[in-house]
Amino acid sequence: MYIDPHVHMVSRSTDDYVHMARAGCVAITEPAFWAGYDRSSPQGFFDYFRQLTESEPRRAAQYGIRHHTWLCINPKEAEDPVFAREVIALIPDFLKKENVLGIGEIGLNKNSRNEMEILEAHLQLASDHNLLVLVHTPHLEDKLKGTLLILDAIRRFPKLDPGRVLIDHVEEHTAKHVLDRGFWCGMTLYPDTKCTPQRAVDIIETYGSERIWMNSAGDWGHSDPIAVPKAQMEMRRRGHLESLVRQVTFGNPQRFLSQSGRFSAEPLRPTAPDITR
Amino acid sequence: MSEVTPNLNHSPMTRAQVVDAYFMEHRARLLDVAAFLDRIDRAGPGTDDFRMNAYRGAIALLLDGQPQRTRRMLELLSDPSTTPIAAAHVKGATGAHDPIGKAH
Repeated sequence: MYIDPHVHMVSRSTDDYVHMARAGCVAITEPAFWAGYDRSSPQGFFDYFRQLTESEPRRAAQYGIRHHTWLCINPKEAEDPVFAREVIALIPDFLKKENVLGIGEIGLNKNSRNEMEILEAHLQLASDHNLLVLVHTPHLEDKLKGTLLILDAIRRFPKLDPGRVLIDHVEEHTAKHVLDRGFWCGMTLYPDTKCTPQRAVDIIETYGSERIWMNSAGDWGHSDPIAVPKAQMEMRRRGHLESLVRQVTFGNPQRFLSQSGRFSAEPLRPTAPDITR
Repeated sequence: MSEVTPNLNHSPMTRAQVVDAYFMEHRARLLDVAAFLDRIDRAGPGTDDFRMNAYRGAIALLLDGQPQRTRRMLELLSDPSTTPIAAAHVKGATGAHDPIGKAH
């Protein structure tokens, strides 16, 4: 049994839901992200937020998987601050939806001034509504600088408790910075970039298992929606205790996400397709 | 919040067990590195760009005998600047820091 706390199911097939369910996935959380192209209007985000809060939970339920989500405009579309603020203005109405856990995945992409302005606007929204925050850290050569800028930015919002903020996509050079400041950290298991399952287990061995989880971040790119059970296999291969495997792939995400008051990993009987939709 | 001390001496496996479990997999990956460099040589004359300069620096780091190679290699490949850039002109990343900034 496991939770995948970061996976973009709108980009995945029903076969992926089948494989995930068979591998023991009982609950997922899906942050709002870049679609691979820039939306042409804020209305495009309105439709996307409806997909995340209405249709995707129904699709997941057909496979016995509980679906939760996070809302934002992602940093890749934050270079136009006027556009981004129009999208942010849509979010408060969607916060009433029962599967919304918080704001995410916000953060930085190329570490620009405009991205920082929109990151701070999201942090203000989370602070005002006392919401959990899921943070995307930049890719590859931009990750270390971006992570440090993000940690400093969050510090400027004293109402945001680090224990309610998860900094995602950490690797060996950023995990300690995140943990030392009291935040949670997520490791993303990707075939080429970010962490392999083997390196993710190395990081747990090096930095401990207290405030850390693993996710697949499966999306429209080269990614693996059953990466988390592969990391479970890697932990067992090395002889780690089953209690540790369960902690980092179920107990830890459940502990962090339950702070929202809306997260559930209770068994869900697969529902029949809704033929009226 | 107290700092997390890296535990560099914890593995549930013995040294021999790690080698038994992973040698063949990483022998193959090492050969991939060699084959990649050979492929570049066969591609004809030219000079390394910033990515390959960083790549060759990373290979040298593997052999320096110091611990935490993965963290240090990632730091070597990272942008060392500390302030936001004026504007993002591209969305993607190249995998290595471009010291003259053409990639950004």
